[in-house]
Parts: sequence; structure tokens; C-alpha cells
Amino acid sequence: MTAAEDKTRRPGGDGAAEPHDPARASGYTDPPERVGFFTDTSVCIGCKACEVACKEWNALPADGFSLSGMSYDNTRELGASTWRHVAFVEQTVPDGASGGAPDGAVAPGDRPLLGLTPVEPASAPGGDAAEEPPGSKIRWLMSSDVCKHCTHAACLDVCPTGALFRTEFGTVVVQDDICNGCGYCVPACPYGVIEQRPDDGRAFKCTMCYDRLGAGMEPACAKACPTESIQFGPLDELRERAAQRLDALHDAGVPEARLYGHDPDDGVGGDGAFFLLLDEPEVYGLPPDPQVTTRDLPRMWRHAAAAGVALLCAVGASAAATAVTAVTARRKASA
Amino acid sequence: MRDLRRLLGEWPVYRQLTGGDPTGRGSAAASPRSRCLTPRTAGADRVVKSVCPYCAVGCGQEVHVRDDRVVQIEGDPDSPISRGRLCPKGAATLQLTTGAARRHQCLYRPPGAGDWQPIDLETAMDMVAERVVRTRREGWEWEHEETRVGRTMGIASLGGATLDNEENYLIKKLLTGLGVVQVENQARVCHSSTVAGLGTSFGRGGATTFMQDLQHADCIVIQGSNFAEAHPVGFQWVMEAKARGARVIHVDPRHTRTSALADYHVPLRAGSDIAFLGGVIRYVLENEADFREYVTAYTNAAHLVSEGFRDTEDLDGVFSGLDEAAHTYDPATWQYEDSPVQASAGTREPVADRRTQDSSDDPATQGAGGAETHGSGGAVAAPRPHRDDTLRHPRCVYQVLKRHYARYTPELVEEVCGVPQELFLRVCRDLTANSGRERTSAFVYAVGWTQHTTGSQYIRAASVLQLLLGNIGRPGGGIQALRGHASIQGSSDIPTLYNLLPGYIPMPHHRAHQNLDSWIDSARTGKGYWHEMRSYVVSLLKAWYGDAAQPENDFCFDHLPRLTGAHDTYATVRAQIDGACKGYFLMGENPAVGSANSRMQRMGMAALDWLVVRDFSLIESATWWQDGPEIESGELRTEDIETEVFFFPAAAHTEKSGSFTNTNRWLQWHDAAVEPEGDARSDLWFMYHLGRRIKERLRGSTDPMDRPLLDLTWDYPVSGPHDEPSAEAVLAEINGTGPDGSPLTDYTGLRDDGSTRCGCWIYSGVYRDGVNQAARRRPHQEMEWTAREWAWAWPADRRILYNRASAAPDGTPWSERKAYVWWDGERRAWVGHDVADFPPGLAPDHVPAEDAVGVAALRGDDPFVMQADGKGWLYAPSGLLDGPMPTHYEPQDSPVPNALYPRRGRSPVLLQSSRPENRYHPGPDEPGAAVYPYVVTTYRLTEHFTAGGMSRWSPYLSELQPELFCEVSPALAAERGLEHGGWATLVTARNAIEARVLVTRRMTPLTVQGRVVHQIGVPFHWGPNGLVTGDAANELTAVVQDPNAHIQEDKALTADILPGRRPRGPALPALVAEYRRRAGVTRTTGGLDTPEGDRR
Repeated sequence: MTAAEDKTRRPGGDGAAEPHDPARASGYTDPPERVGFFTDTSVCIGCKACEVACKEWNALPADGFSLSGMSYDNTRELGASTWRHVAFVEQTVPDGASGGAPDGAVAPGDRPLLGLTPVEPASAPGGDAAEEPPGSKIRWLMSSDVCKHCTHAACLDVCPTGALFRTEFGTVVVQDDICNGCGYCVPACPYGVIEQRPDDGRAFKCTMCYDRLGAGMEPACAKACPTESIQFGPLDELRERAAQRLDALHDAGVPEARLYGHDPDDGVGGDGAFFLLLDEPEVYGLPPDPQVTTRDLPRMWRHAAAAGVALLCAVGASAAATAVTAVTARRKASA
Repeated sequence: MRDLRRLLGEWPVYRQLTGGDPTGRGSAAASPRSRCLTPRTAGADRVVKSVCPYCAVGCGQEVHVRDDRVVQIEGDPDSPISRGRLCPKGAATLQLTTGAARRHQCLYRPPGAGDWQPIDLETAMDMVAERVVRTRREGWEWEHEETRVGRTMGIASLGGATLDNEENYLIKKLLTGLGVVQVENQARVCHSSTVAGLGTSFGRGGATTFMQDLQHADCIVIQGSNFAEAHPVGFQWVMEAKARGARVIHVDPRHTRTSALADYHVPLRAGSDIAFLGGVIRYVLENEADFREYVTAYTNAAHLVSEGFRDTEDLDGVFSGLDEAAHTYDPATWQYEDSPVQASAGTREPVADRRTQDSSDDPATQGAGGAETHGSGGAVAAPRPHRDDTLRHPRCVYQVLKRHYARYTPELVEEVCGVPQELFLRVCRDLTANSGRERTSAFVYAVGWTQHTTGSQYIRAASVLQLLLGNIGRPGGGIQALRGHASIQGSSDIPTLYNLLPGYIPMPHHRAHQNLDSWIDSARTGKGYWHEMRSYVVSLLKAWYGDAAQPENDFCFDHLPRLTGAHDTYATVRAQIDGACKGYFLMGENPAVGSANSRMQRMGMAALDWLVVRDFSLIESATWWQDGPEIESGELRTEDIETEVFFFPAAAHTEKSGSFTNTNRWLQWHDAAVEPEGDARSDLWFMYHLGRRIKERLRGSTDPMDRPLLDLTWDYPVSGPHDEPSAEAVLAEINGTGPDGSPLTDYTGLRDDGSTRCGCWIYSGVYRDGVNQAARRRPHQEMEWTAREWAWAWPADRRILYNRASAAPDGTPWSERKAYVWWDGERRAWVGHDVADFPPGLAPDHVPAEDAVGVAALRGDDPFVMQADGKGWLYAPSGLLDGPMPTHYEPQDSPVPNALYPRRGRSPVLLQSSRPENRYHPGPDEPGAAVYPYVVTTYRLTEHFTAGGMSRWSPYLSELQPELFCEVSPALAAERGLEHGGWATLVTARNAIEARVLVTRRMTPLTVQGRVVHQIGVPFHWGPNGLVTGDAANELTAVVQDPNAHIQEDKALTADILPGRRPRGPALPALVAEYRRRAGVTRTTGGLDTPEGDRR
């Protein structure tokens, strides 16, 4: 079976259709609500508690000790042993972007939300700072990334062993007791999340703490997060909460706030783990328009099937013709 | 057949065909293991409530135990402080406590040996006991300058802030019993100036509020703190405030993760905060933006200062009373104007007859760290000074203050701090708009303020400002002094500090305190609860010396060893190098990395006879003799080092019971979840059994020096396989007992006749009704934010201090919005959201009799019940050694002159100690100043902990910040040819280190006095040992100290930076020497003028 299994809500499909329920589509008759993560990066303090809590709970190995030079990010990316990754982005932005609220007493809603340091213009000899436009400011973005648990998960589509499976919570989990290390899932992921562990060959990624979910516990990263940047819960609730938060930020003069991965109409049918970002997704290392890489498989299969039939027909015709010819020839020979 | 069907049923394809999962990628694909998966916590035999052992936020933890092994540690959702959350360090506690890095075997390094040898615990304990007895006897001093001291200077100890209160109690008790005065811990190097600053301002040295209350602030100024990074879980309360619309401002030399979440960041030059705060004070005064009713009623604004007082504005940068030669002030002229003689009733001593000079700032005893004794009891001053309620009298505090800060204009702030005027004024407007009757603002700081030569005055400056704005004692207001170790507040309250006894009772000074009466009379106030000091002291002596303490022998006052001056940790290191101090205990502290001038620390240890290190792993302070930087550079040779070194593996917080006091002043109990493995033991076990062994050795001794030890009460029940002493029994002793032996309810039950016993008077009540109140754990969802049934706060379970000030003088709330504690006229009681920090039935309009003393002398509008005059001190007439009002001085090492007082760069009374291993840089007016041209500031990162002993051995934390780096601006990188990701060498007159370079716009060059000042940030967590290694930032720092608290200046120094790695071997000291030569550094460089180069 392939991604063609679902015809109700394909990317670009009919938006009026029932939202796709991946658990039900995967044969769970009365599944619990689909759960997910809403990561609100506007309150992330970059503490990396999520990374450590994840490693502690899942007993993942450390990933090496080297300074990356990428701001305070030394984890670099998601991988077989890093299932949460906090990105750090240092930016220079024009003054007036978020932070220009009036002085004095503030009322809720009448406020900026980001810490901005004025950049000293043209102060020092030879410094790059001299190239900054006067009044520009420093902005330091932090964002905890994780497996998106896509509604249409290509990793799942391509897994030949059934090691990747859709859980009753609508999440996508690799079963390390099944995985044979073929690695098909790795290029299939549109986000570059899943990875094979070099010393082992098997593929690993975030399970959204499948073992904890079964016991009614929240994932370790969400539980640890000091500022509720990582929120866990039923996906529908999270989407509502995210929409409210987005409105609040827009009202507060943060027009650059946007959601990412929340839309069931996007290229992966919406993410089970979605984000509130303060800049373009690329800035955080996220693909701007992710597509389930098996998107074209159904069409390809249909083409393949048609081609196969055609081929069969051709072969059949050819065989028949050959047979006729042969018979004719034999007849001719015997005549 | 059944087996076949079962087997078939395991085949996913069969399940796909027969089950409800036609896709074959859902339930049909679930492996048997996936279908049976349970969390490992599900099989736990028990879940033990605990508290995170890292910083002082005090997050609740749940320790899951299966088969007597800890299998998981997570946040406790019930905790009102953390609400189940943990930072990366807290989340790594499982690895900390159960990881492979922990040692479980005692080790011994004989003199001159090249390696450790295993040793059994019993033998090691006996050897240490023998050495303590011997070194003590050899170094015993009965007299100093012909007065009794009864002590040994041969032994010292360091550490306590990571330990339980009960452990600190036994350390201090046993060592004091042995006559050891050099007892110190991290509080000295982190927050001692907090105690001096807050204590003299308000009467107590702890944070005035609790972190959760920050959610009610309308504006939060975080300055001198990197809140989000160093206290991430506490920062959730800032985020709560922000979500409610509060303004969040971060003032800091660097743009940090805190700045990233603040409304705006104000970069300023490290070491210039008093100028900044002074500027805000001036703004408030000039615009009359102070909360006048509050200021008039609750502060000393109306009190008149003596005619003899001269301000720094009058004397070009110094206050009256300076002894230029001795570098000390005689603070006599700082006092209030003489108050009229107030006759005293009955047998109580006449108030006016008592000296109005506090012994803590007596020139004769200066250096003995007296300012810190105001941690719970203000400095002595006249209880009823003359007042001018119009605040117009030229000598009233309000006018004195106004004149003092008149020149702290926005222009000056820009000139000194490098903060543009408009940005500075924005802070002023935000703060004043969010303070007053309806609104409150909070200040949050940490060691960015404390670790300066004027650190105590930094804290004073914030105190003055918050008093002027009426933000003390009110919800959403206050000053939160963020503490950095799990129980560093506790190790100040139950002090493993040389100058204090439990509850901030001063250690007696050999000259000023020759008997019980003179001791008490020179320290206690005439008014308020600190007048009852005799009850606290006598009860402590009864707790320690039991039946031996009797009225006839001054309750064994002479059993206490005496101070003769500064015996702080840096004085101890000097004494080690000079050969006077020969034995050293390190208990959870790593000075070879964490203390200023770490090379000097190691040189001190190399001169010891014996060293005891108690820790989880082999930290740098345990192995310097084998592989330390001086071995590498050739300055020391292992075989020449005669120091015996003992390593004792320590038990983790999961392996012992006890209480931590967090930054809220809350005592939180943690229960042992499992027994420690191998030789690992608690510090309670170590001190108890060491004391027991020493007592056994000295049993029957008639030598008078052994009497205090033999009289020391030391009977604690033991249990378990290791004979662990009962921490709860120690807590009960700390709480104290009444005449009938039952636990005290609070400190008002203490008596001065010997009928009560109490180990720490300010903790009295923690074992009220015989119940461990620190172990209270009512879930926060069931309580309001003050969480009054969670843990226990000192004093007397009060959550916001001075909360009488949350009501107007008439006892009604200042506003509905900010109601907290108010007077209920019908019940004639103070009621509200907290225990009133006030006599419970004292009416707001109460005016005491003229001759009343002590608690009876408190007026109904005296919210500062520990202060000599009941008021918050805008002006400190006593208690501090460097002035009654904060004044901007430059740091010891500074690139610029003092723009305020060009002829007075540094504080005239800072403590310098120029020695070959601790040289200072030329000042801006000295030749060679340009050799060390850049400002350096040191700091913490979220991912590591202090000197690294609890993080650099953790793979999960180490991978997050794997190397020492320095942060520089693109401009500085260009100026010095530094490459992002490359190496840099930083050089000071003390040492040189190398670090990877992070070029970042988060570092902002500042324009100060017309020139560009570059700042370099260096985190201080690394050292040569552990999974991730690097040079220690403290190789660069100098020992130069605040005179009040003896804290060192780590947060503002100067250095040179050049591209590339530092030299190896002998070339390293050669580089440092070459720099010194180029800069012309001698023992008098940096403002030293005394021939011996030591100004103390």
C-alpha cells in the first residue's frame, strides 16, 4: 500500500472534506485524539532542557563534543541521537521591528515581545558593525525543532519492513526491533529528520515518547520546557491555541509572527508538530514548502500499472502474433 | 494449533488482512514490543519527592526508584516554584546521580607520590581525624595581641552551598568546636555582598520576595543577572508577567538569552551599574517621581543626618571620616543627628547610653566582615532620630540623597556607562510609570552586581531606588537576589562562613567582643527584633554546649574561637601560601576553577600538609598536583609537592535526606531515595563520624583547648547500613526547643536565661509542632500563589518580607490591585495573603512609649522590624565600611578614569592584596595602561554549572557547550585579527588562557568618555578535567575585594586579547611575565601605595 490510501484530504485537494485522521486511516477503530506539539518559538529561551530531557528519557547517547561556531547551537541538527534540536539565529534587524512600543506604563496587548539590543553604528575602526544601518538592532531567535509527525508521512510510506508505523495517537514511530537499517526513510523525509545511527545502521527519530503517551504521560521535552515553548496536547486544541497566540502577537505589533506546519492543506497534510516562527522558515533551517516525497507515488503507480497493462497487452499481442506466426510456419513446414 | 495461530497473529501481513488496518502501517505494523510498551517509570517501586541540586531556584523533582536503583528523575508537577519543569541541568540529574562519572572509592595520595592509591573508608577517616587533631594542636593560638582567641589557624574548610542545611550546620558546629575559624563557602564568592547590601538597607540579607510573585510585577528590571540562562525555570515567572503585559528590561554588558526575551536590552559597560542606578535615582528625585507617602512613612528619608557628615560631592570623591593611610573610614560622622536622651524603663539599659556605633563598622574591627552580620538584624543606629516630615531640611536624608546624586545626569550616565541618553531615559520612564500606589516594579540581580569591589553598594543602589519607588514589601515589587547554588542561601543562614554564626550572629572579635555582654551590646539594635539578640545567642550556645553552658560561664562564650580580622577564603589562600594554614577541607567546591586567580588557589593548595576533597568526581582541586596547569608549565613538580590528598566520594541529593534553602528563602526537604554506593557518603555522615572519631581520640583530655570540643553536643541518632545520622534530628536542633523540651513555634519563644535551645534562630518554626515543615508539599493547584503550605520560608514562614509596607500607614491596602497584607480592625490583626512580617496584633496607629525598647519600641508604621529605627534605609548611617550612599567608582582594573571623580578612580577603601601571584593592572592614569586595553566580564551558561564539577562530567550537558569560548564584537575581531571559530589568547597580569572565538553582534562596543570600549565575555565553567576541557576564566581574575563582604571582583576586569593559542610549558609564564614587563607592573601598580603592597 502507498500514500494513495487516503483520498479524502490530499495536498491541494478538496479543503471542505473531513480532516484526515491518520490513526483511523491506519486501522485504529476508536483511537484517542490525535496529539502533537505546538512549539511557540516566541517564548523559547534556548535553554535546551528539551534536548536533555529527551536524551535522559530515551537513553540516547551523546553526539560528540565539538564547538560548532553556530551561535549557541552545538547540536547542529536533528539526527539518530538528537531528537530535539534548538536552533539559534543571530540577526540584525531594522529598528522599529518589534520593540518600538511606547514608553511608560504598558497594558496587555500594547507591547513589544522581543529583546532588542541597539547596534552601535560605525563605532569602531574596521568593524563590520560600521556596515549596519544606523538604528538597526540585534535579534536572537531560538527554536526547538523536532520530528513533525506528518499527516502524510513519507518515511512511513517507503519503509519496507513495517518498522515505521502510525500509532493510535496519530504519531509516527520507528520500531527498533523491526528496523533492518535499509535507510529508505532517510531521503524520504522532507525535513531531514530521520537518520541512521552510524555504529548500528538502524534509523531513529522522535517517538513523541510513545511509551509515555500510552501511560497518559506527556513527552519528556514538553514536560521539562521551562517557558511552555513546547506545548503538548490534542492537535485540534493546539491549533486553536496557536491561532489565538498568533492573533495576540499580531495585535501586539509582531507582524512577522507566523505559523508553520499547522495547515492540513500543506504539502504533508499538516504536521503533528507545528511551530510559531518569527521569521521565514528557512531562517530556522526549515523547508519553506515541504512536500511529502511520496506525493507522486500514486500517480506513478497508476502510470506504472497502465504501462504494465500496456506492456502486458503488447507482450500478449506479440506472443500471440509470434504463436500465429509459428503455427503458420509449422503449418507451412508441414504442408 | 493455538501456537500456530498465535504465531500467525504475530505476522503483520496476517493482521493486515484480518484486522482493521488495511494500510498495514498502523496497528498491524506494531511490533509485539511496541504493543506492550510501558514507560520505565511505570514499574517504579516508589517515587520519592526531591529538590534539584543545581541552582537556587529549587525546582521540585520526583525520583523514580525500582529495585533500589534510581531509574528516572523528573520535575515535580506539584511544586509551586517550578510546576514540574526543569532546565537542562535539572533534566540531566539522572546522569549526574547515576552516571559513570561518579566515583565510589576513597583515594589517597601520599606526599610526593605521582599517583593515587585506593584506601578504605575507615582508614581514611581515621587518618583525617588524626591529622585534624595534630594540625589543630600544632597551630593552636590562645591569645592574639594579648586578648583571648582560643583557636587554630592551621585548618580551613571551603564549601557548603551545594550541601544541605543540616550538613552546613554540622560543619560549622564541629569546626567551631575545634577552634577553626577559616570556614567558608561559595556564598563568600557569590553573594556575600548581597547580605551586606540588603541587610543594611532592610534588616535582612535575603531576597525580599519570591520568584513566583514576579508574575504580579508591572515592570521587571533584570540587571546584573542573566536570569533566563542561569535560572531558566525561575524565568517562567518573568514570562508570566510578560504575558500579563509587564515591561521586561535587561541591562547587561552582553545581549544574552535574557535580552532575547526582554522587551529591550540596554548594553552597558561592565562595572558601571552604580552610575546607571544613581542616574535613575536622580531622575526619580529631580522629577519627584518617588512614592512620597511611602517614602515619608517607611524610609529614613525624613531622618536628619549629623552635622559632621560630608558627602563625596563636598570632599572630591570621599565621604567624611576617611583615614587615607589606613584606607578605612571612621563612620562616626555618618550617623543620624544626636537624638535626645531617651530614658529607659526598669533594668533595661538606657538606649541613649548605648553606643550608636555598630561593631561591624568600628574601625578597630574592620576587616572582620561585620557588614554581613546584618543578614537578619540591622546595624546599630539611633532608634528615634530627629525627623523633618516635610523632607525639606537640608540635612534630612532625602535632601542629602538628592545632593549626592545631583550630578548623575543622563549625560553622565552616557559618559560612564556608554548607554545612550534616550535609552537610559526610557528605563527611567518605564520604571516610574510602573511604580506607585497601583503599580509595582521588581528588580532582579545576581552575581553581575555582587562581584565587584563596590558590590555591596551595587545592591544598596537598587535598594535605595526600590524604596524611593515604594516597591519593597509589596506584591510584584521587591528585589530578587538570584542565588546560584541549591542551598547557598542556607549556607549563609546556617553559615559555613568565617564571620558568622547561625542566624547572622557575628562571630566574636577578639578585641571588640571580650565577653557575652560586650558582644551582644555592640551588635544588637535598640529597637525591633534584633534587640532580642541575647535570646538568640544564649539559645545557640545552649544548643551547642548543652549543660556546660551556664549563666556563670557566660553560657560558654569563651568556647567560641575569635576573629582577629579577615579570615575569608582569599585570606586563607594567602595563609596557605605563607605556610600558616596547613589542612584544608573542600566540600563540594572547586576553587582551582571557581575562585578568583585560580593559579593562586592551586599554589595555596600546593603548600598544604593535607587536603581533603569531597566530591562526585576527580575535580581540578583534587588533581592539580598530578596534572594541573603548573605541572604542565613546570612551575611545580609532582614529586616536590608534599601535600597529602584524600579523596572521599560524596553522596548525591538522591542518597541523603535534608533541606535546601532556595533563593526564595524557602527551606525544601528532599528525602533519600536510595543508599549511596561504595564509599560514597553524605557530608552529614562525614562530619558526624569525623566529629565522633575526634571526640573519641580526645576523650578524657584535660587540656583546656579540648574542652569546647568535649562539651560540644554531638548525639544524633544513626540508622541504616552506613550509620547515617538523622538529618531530621539536626533540623529539630536547628528549630530549637522550649523549656519543656518541645519544639519551638518561632523565634519569639526564645529566652536569654538558658531555658531554650536553638541552633539557628531565624529557622525556628521549621520544626513547629514536631513536624518537618520544610517537607510540606500541598500541590500548588490547591493554593494561591503564596503557596503557604509548600515548604517553609524564613523568617516565621513569611513569603514577602516587610509586607507591612504593602498597606498604607493606616493599615489599608495602597490599592485593591496591590493588596497583600492589611489591618483588620475588627479582629485587631494583620491579615491577607501572607504571614504578616510584623508583630501580629500591633495596630497601624500604635505609638510606643518614649522609653520602650526592643519589639515594644516598634511603631505601627515601622515595617522594617529588624532595623534600628524600623525604617528602610535610603541612607545607611552605619553598617557599611565604604559609605552611607552608593557612589560610582571604577573597578580595580579599568580602562577609563572615573568621570564622576577624576582624582578618585577606585573606591578609597577597597581591599587590595598585591602579591607576586596577584598583581594588578596599571590604572588609566598610569603608564602601561594600554597593555591590557579591553574589558572582560565572566559569566555562566545555561548548559553548565559553576566550576563544572556537576556538568563537565555529564555527556548530555557537555555536548551542548563543549568548549571554552570568548565572545567578541565584529569590531574587536577586526581590530585584533580574531577569526570566528578560531583561537584567541587572553592575557592579564595573573595568567593567560586560550579560548575559541565567537564573533557576535551580541557584543556591542560602547562609547565611553569619547573612546570606544570593547568588552569580551568569557564563561567560567571550564578547567583541565572532565569530558570537555578548557582553561579556567578565573586564571585571569585578580583577588581584589569589597571591604564589606570580601567578595572578589570577577565581573569587570581588563585584559589583552590576541589571535591564536596560548604557549605551552614554561613559555606560558614567560608570556605573562613579558606582559607584566611591558606594562611596568610592580607590586604598587594599580593604586597600591603601601610598601608591602597589601591594603587590607
